[in-house]
Amino acid sequence: MNVKLMSEMMATGENPEVLFWVGCAGSFDQRVQRITKAFAEILNKVGVSFAILGPEEVCTGDPARRAGNEMVFQMMANMNIQVLNGYGIKKIVTTCPHCFNTLKNEYPELGGNYEVVHHATYLQELIDAGRIRLEEGGSMKGKKITFHDSCYLGRANNIYEAPRQVLQALDADLVEMKSCRTNGLCCGAGGAQVFKEDEPGQTRINIARTEEAIATGASVVAAACPFCMIMWEDGVKQKGVENEIELKDIAELIAERIKE
Amino acid sequence: MHIIQQVIFVLVAAAAIYFFTKQVIRIRKNILLGRDEDLSDNKEQRWKNMFIFALGQKKMFTNPLVAFLHLIVYVGFIIINIEMLEIVLDGLLGQHRLFAPFLGDCYTWLINSFEILAFLVLAACVVFLFRRHVVKVNRFTKPELEGAPTRDAAIILFTEIVLMSLFLFMNAADRLLQDAGVEHYTSTAPFIISSHIASWLNGTSPNALMLMERAAWWLHIIGIFAFLNYLPFSKHLHIVMAFPNSFYASLRPVGQMENMPIVQKEVVLMLQPERANEFPETDPNAPIKFGAKDVQDLSWKNLMDAYSCSECGRCTAACPANQTGKKLSPRKVMMDTRDRLEEVGLLLEKNAEVPVEGNLLDRISVEELRACTTCNACVQACPLNISPLDIILQLRRSLVMEDSNVPNEWAMMFGNLENNQGPWKFSNEDRANWRNA
Repeated sequence: MNVKLMSEMMATGENPEVLFWVGCAGSFDQRVQRITKAFAEILNKVGVSFAILGPEEVCTGDPARRAGNEMVFQMMANMNIQVLNGYGIKKIVTTCPHCFNTLKNEYPELGGNYEVVHHATYLQELIDAGRIRLEEGGSMKGKKITFHDSCYLGRANNIYEAPRQVLQALDADLVEMKSCRTNGLCCGAGGAQVFKEDEPGQTRINIARTEEAIATGASVVAAACPFCMIMWEDGVKQKGVENEIELKDIAELIAERIKE
Repeated sequence: MHIIQQVIFVLVAAAAIYFFTKQVIRIRKNILLGRDEDLSDNKEQRWKNMFIFALGQKKMFTNPLVAFLHLIVYVGFIIINIEMLEIVLDGLLGQHRLFAPFLGDCYTWLINSFEILAFLVLAACVVFLFRRHVVKVNRFTKPELEGAPTRDAAIILFTEIVLMSLFLFMNAADRLLQDAGVEHYTSTAPFIISSHIASWLNGTSPNALMLMERAAWWLHIIGIFAFLNYLPFSKHLHIVMAFPNSFYASLRPVGQMENMPIVQKEVVLMLQPERANEFPETDPNAPIKFGAKDVQDLSWKNLMDAYSCSECGRCTAACPANQTGKKLSPRKVMMDTRDRLEEVGLLLEKNAEVPVEGNLLDRISVEELRACTTCNACVQACPLNISPLDIILQLRRSLVMEDSNVPNEWAMMFGNLENNQGPWKFSNEDRANWRNA
């Protein structure tokens, strides 16, 4: 896939419109890599000039900070800010709400000031500006689809409408789960939970959430967060509904329908 | 006879105000045991928040019916206190219905509206008791409410019902005494609710009525003074604390965690020693604390949050960990913080020289703290803009950085971050390999 590293761009004297922050899940998790590729494909098709940091990108430090390890967080943040400032980065787009929140809200007081956009907002803007045009019809038309709010996109950063507007562009039949928007039920991944076993309880959070999706009768669950996606993949398997419910990131849904 | 009543009234009022003031001073002192946090910025936004969230109760309206009932009780409480002004002046001056001659028709209108409100407050409190003890709404049945907290809520509702009833009975007896032409009972028009109650009392002798009226008057005012002094020991304190608490509520983006400049400095000195001059010299002998183990390590705003909590449990009902049967309950975090703060305050009052025994982590278990997904549902749900999450995260910092109390999987994640710059065991050199996958 034709995606340039920031270092390669600088070598040829190019300056990208935007830096695509891929994030750890987007880089290494096999399922989430498909989201990363879908988003990169959209950017390529639309003709956005962009670059990634590749090996110069490190974890934003979000899971360490929320687990309580400020030391590791500060180390990660320091490395990233040095790289970003070194390249004079002005604008960042990311497919991960956790990276988005940390870059946008927590790096400024450490000396990292950038315009940070989540891909839900970015896609919505591209659609509104007519830069993304979708094929007529398509497999989503008339399908029942429900959107899962990521906590770090929704409650933490008050972005509820942008991903829904992206889905509206697909002519799908958008239905809401019992808990949505400000009341959205977490997928269970945040606060570094995704990196450890659940504490003892009656059920797992992603199971409870999957049950809410089943209750809507939707055949597609759309997400806008790689960690939500990981939890959902597990949730639908545990509930045995992986053939009834398709899990898609909003970028994947757009990539399937985008006009050349 | 009247002069004795006046003297007793002055003594009771003075005692009530004295003891209440003492409690206010004690609570203020306890809150200030917390570490410093500068929240003096952006006054305009803060006044706005106080207006919207405390006075306007904006967040209550996520559930309009309950919000409406709550608003009635609240407005009733405030408005009926205007009537308190007359009652207090009557008590001080040995008068009766001091305002009636001055206000004329307006007085009738005023008391009518107080009576309607009193009746609505009474009805709302009955509904609230019903929700708590008959319907047993889920959030009122959690383990942290067992015993004293449930009793506290019942006492509040019961007291309000009694106070409102006394107010209405006082007016009813008054009505009949006026009709009987008894001296001292200023003539007024019949009031909208008490005139109905009066019809139940028809045929009672003027002496019995007088006793009834005086008893209702005294019980009502003593009840109010007693309630005032119960407030500082009760969740009902939220009617006062809601105001400063929404004023000082965090204006940071919801997703932003508080920075730890001391760790930031250490890391910068390690990775970019050339920037050392950007950081002020700190006293190397000053004790360094990472995160919070006890209430004094929390910020004063966290402690104000604890005193503001109304134990309504909207946070716990919204918490994904609690919903799936984990031990974590954000409401319990707030209640534990308040209980521990009261304990520390008391110990320091006895002897400020001796270090206080125990800490907040004795009350909030590691299992509870580790169950949090930091999803902010508790923060979103709180009508009083309290952040249980802020406390949870400071306690987590202490567990990890002070006690190295870390689950194995997290220890591995930290190790991977330090060695591979990612949470998993992949080489960071492979970060762009997805392009070819």
